[in-house]
Parts: sequence; structure tokens; C-alpha cells
Amino acid sequence: MIVEFLSAYIGDSLAYFSWTLMKVLMILIPVTLCVAYLTLAERKVIGYIQLRLGPNRVGPKGLLQPFADVLKLLTKEIIIPSGANKFLFVVAPMLSLMPALAAWAVMPFADGWVLANIDAGLLYVLAITSMGVYGVIVAGWASNSKYALIGAMRSGAQIVAYEIAMGFALVCVLMMSGSLNLTTIVDTQRSDFGFLSWNLIPLFPMFVVYFISGVAETNRAPFDVAEGESEIVAGFHVEYSGTTFAVFFLAEYANMILIAALASLMFLGGWLSPIPGIPDGFAWLAGKIAFMLFFFLWFRATFPRYRYDQIMRLGWKVFIPVTIVWLVLIGILMRMEWWPW
Amino acid sequence: MTFESFSFYLFSTILVGSALSVIFSRNPVHAALSLVLAFFTAAAIWLMLEAEFLAISLILVYVGAVMVLFLFVVMMLDININRMREGYWNYLLPAIVVSGIFLAELIVLISGRMVFEKPLEISAQITNEGNTLQLGRLLYTEYLYAFELAAVILLVAIVAAIALTLRRRKDMKVVSSSDQSSANRASRLKIVSMPVENGREREES
Repeated sequence: MIVEFLSAYIGDSLAYFSWTLMKVLMILIPVTLCVAYLTLAERKVIGYIQLRLGPNRVGPKGLLQPFADVLKLLTKEIIIPSGANKFLFVVAPMLSLMPALAAWAVMPFADGWVLANIDAGLLYVLAITSMGVYGVIVAGWASNSKYALIGAMRSGAQIVAYEIAMGFALVCVLMMSGSLNLTTIVDTQRSDFGFLSWNLIPLFPMFVVYFISGVAETNRAPFDVAEGESEIVAGFHVEYSGTTFAVFFLAEYANMILIAALASLMFLGGWLSPIPGIPDGFAWLAGKIAFMLFFFLWFRATFPRYRYDQIMRLGWKVFIPVTIVWLVLIGILMRMEWWPW
Repeated sequence: MTFESFSFYLFSTILVGSALSVIFSRNPVHAALSLVLAFFTAAAIWLMLEAEFLAISLILVYVGAVMVLFLFVVMMLDININRMREGYWNYLLPAIVVSGIFLAELIVLISGRMVFEKPLEISAQITNEGNTLQLGRLLYTEYLYAFELAAVILLVAIVAAIALTLRRRKDMKVVSSSDQSSANRASRLKIVSMPVENGREREES
């Protein structure tokens, strides 16, 4: 409709291009705003968990705090260390932000609300998010600093280890739904029984594995050895300041929202309502994403940091065997058609 | 020039450029990163040929996992560029012979296809269903044994690689995770009751 309206003025191809561009902006601007308010939510939630108030000075109840933080970071000087590789040092934050934002292209927000409804959507998400590790590794190497390099190495090994468990957990999801298309994955969770037909119930161990791997993938506490401020100062971004640091920050939080959104789409039924009779809609998806994001903050306030060898043991020796066993189990269940729903 | 041919030439220029930079850059980390770019643009060209499964798995496997480990090793190694450049002229002749044979084989293969066969056409079935589905169906039905054999060979290769490089150090200290998890209060903490010492008595003695 809007394309037709525009093409009357500026021609078909340009109209299509500008409408797609508008849709991209309609996704990116809310995501960026969510990132801003997620940082505030994090400080508030952790504040209340630790019996503090959290930021409450800028704006009513501290609601303008994220904008103050952004302004502060943007006006700071970007210091490039003298021994650093200048080109890679500047490119690294972009390399970590790009996958975090590009993955949103295939996210369905409600029935039909999707920028690119491609058949291999889940594979695309996996491929794009697997590139996020380059930002961290390149940043660590280009900074020419011991701490940064150690942080990059830790993060690289950790992300590669947990990506496998995450991939296997998602293979279980696509076996259940028989499709790689994210809209179809949500649609196959629809039934008359509300939340009883979500993937959460038959795949509960996979949901746990997926979410913990997601926490590890985003380098969040308790898996934040890549930053590890008490041992390697700030890890891979120790030399970054100003805007370049802000971009790393943005990428980390955008990745958190992405993991939460994927978990809600694949295990929690996306925009489907949990109780039959109540209409489905975007509000359910937003609520589920917020619920999953709360876990990220809760984990950070609750758990102490894992030891590095424990992280590797959990990834390789616990999660991967668990996912493989569950994969075989789901396969047998599907073959035998012992399927209660 | 259509958009398709424009983007093809764009991607191939980037691909050839980054491939050249893999060979010519002096810094091994730059070379590895150029290889990442080369893989990525190759995936883009495959995507233009509607081979979306190949393109995405190239990114997922090679860019997302293999090259990360590659970069890892390259960053950790202390590579001496000057020592690597020694003996350049000794290696040049065999290298030219090998790459000449390789190029000749490629030319024979491609020109032979062009002369004797019709150019490949993407069948309507593939475009309709998407080749991820098609590939999956073929791999798990018709080519199942070949596929499983390849998987077993890869597994053997992994085990062999680990077995060849595994060194057991005698003085290595290992923590046993099961011991650590099964530790309880009784094994770590002992409460002893001691008589209360009187401060004045100690001063006197």
C-alpha cells in the first residue's frame, strides 16, 4: 500500500528501496532504544537486588539516565594506543555491532511482521551471530595489550565452545517444527491448549541449555571472563574509550535482546498467547522478551564468575552430551509417533 | 548493466582482491582476516546463484568456527616473518609447477564443460522449495551411506589429531570436578571446641 503510494512519485524500484529502508529503521530504532533502557533496567534491577535505589537523578525516577550516559560517551576522546593497529582497532567495534543488528532482519515480531521472511531464517541467524566473535578477537589483538589479548583468547574459545551446544539445541527445535523459517517455527507451536503446546515443554532441557549458552555467547556474567574486571581489568575492550567503547556496549546489549527474542520465538511460542481465548499479538512477544532479559540481569546479580576451566567443562562435557542425548530422544519419539500432542 | 551483473563484478573484485591480500600481506593476522573476507564474499556470490544453504554453511562453518580457531593460533604464535621468507627462490620453481598444473586442470574442466555440456540451469523444483530442503532430503536418503562414511572419517581424523598431539605431563596438576562438586561442609570444615583462654593468664605466663 505504502509502496504503491510512493511509487506514484519516485518510481517503482526507488519506492521499494525506500520502503525497505524505512522498515529497517523501524526495527533498528526501537532496538537501539531498548538497548538504552536495558542498561537503565540493569542498573535499577541490580540496585534493588542489592538494596540500593539505582540511578534516580537524571529525569523523573532516573528515566533520562541512558541518554546522559550516551552523551557522556559520545563527547569523550577516542584514545588509540600508540602500538595499536589503527585500522583494525577502529573496525573491531563495528565488527561486533554488525552481526548483532543484522540478525534482526529475519525476526518475525507478529504474524507477518517480518522484514525478510526467508526459508533458511534460523540458519541465517546462526551464521550471522557466529561472526560476532570477530569483533572481540580483532579488538583484543589490535589493542596491542596483554590484558586485551588474554580477554580475546578467552572469549574466542568460550564462544566457539558454546556455539556447538546452542546449535544442537536449535536442531531439536527445527526437528519439532520441521522448518527453518522462524514464522513457521512459531506457527507450529500454536494449538488450542495455549502454552501446553509450546516447545518449552517437550524441549525443556534444550531451553535451559540454549539460554545458558546464550548467556555465555554474549559474555555476560557469570561467564564474563572475557571482561573479568577483577583479573584482566576489562579484557578485550580495556583500551577502548568514548564512542568505540559505546559501540561495544551497544553490541553486547543488542546481542542480549537478540538471544532473549530467539528464546521466546523458539521455545516460548513467540507472539502466541499462553491462555486460549486471549488474542495473540506483539505484546506477548515483547513481554516474553522482557521476561527473558530479566534473567540476564538476575544472573548477574546472583552468581559469582565461573572459573575458566569450569566454563570449558560445562560447555564441552556437560552441554554437548546432554544436547546429543536429547536430540536422539526427540528423533526416536518422532519416529515412533509417541507424541501426546 | 543489470544489478545482478553489477553485484557479481563487485563481489568478484572484492574476492580476488582479498585472496591476493591473503598471499601478499606481510602480517599473518591480516592474511587470516583477508581470508575471512574472501570466504564471506564467496558466500555472497553463492547466495546470488541461489545456493543459500552452501552460502550460509560456508559462513557458519568456515567464518564462524574454522577461521576463529585459525586466527587464535596465528595470534598466539610468534611468527618471524624474515625467517619465513628465507628460501623464497628455492620454493618458487616447485610452486610455479604445482600451480601451473592446478590452473591447467581448472581450464580443462571449465572449458570442457562449456564446450560439451549445456550450462547448468537451476531447476524449478529447487527454486520453489529452497535448496536447504532438497539437500537435506538427498543427503539423508539417497546419499546416506556416503554421508555417514564421511562423518566417520572426519571423526577418526579428529581422534587421530588429538592422539598425535596429546602429551601427558607427569607433573601436571589436575582438579577433579566430581570431587569438587561432591565436597560438603563435613569434608572442609571442622569445628573444634577449645577452652576459652583468659587474657590475664596469658600475660602472666
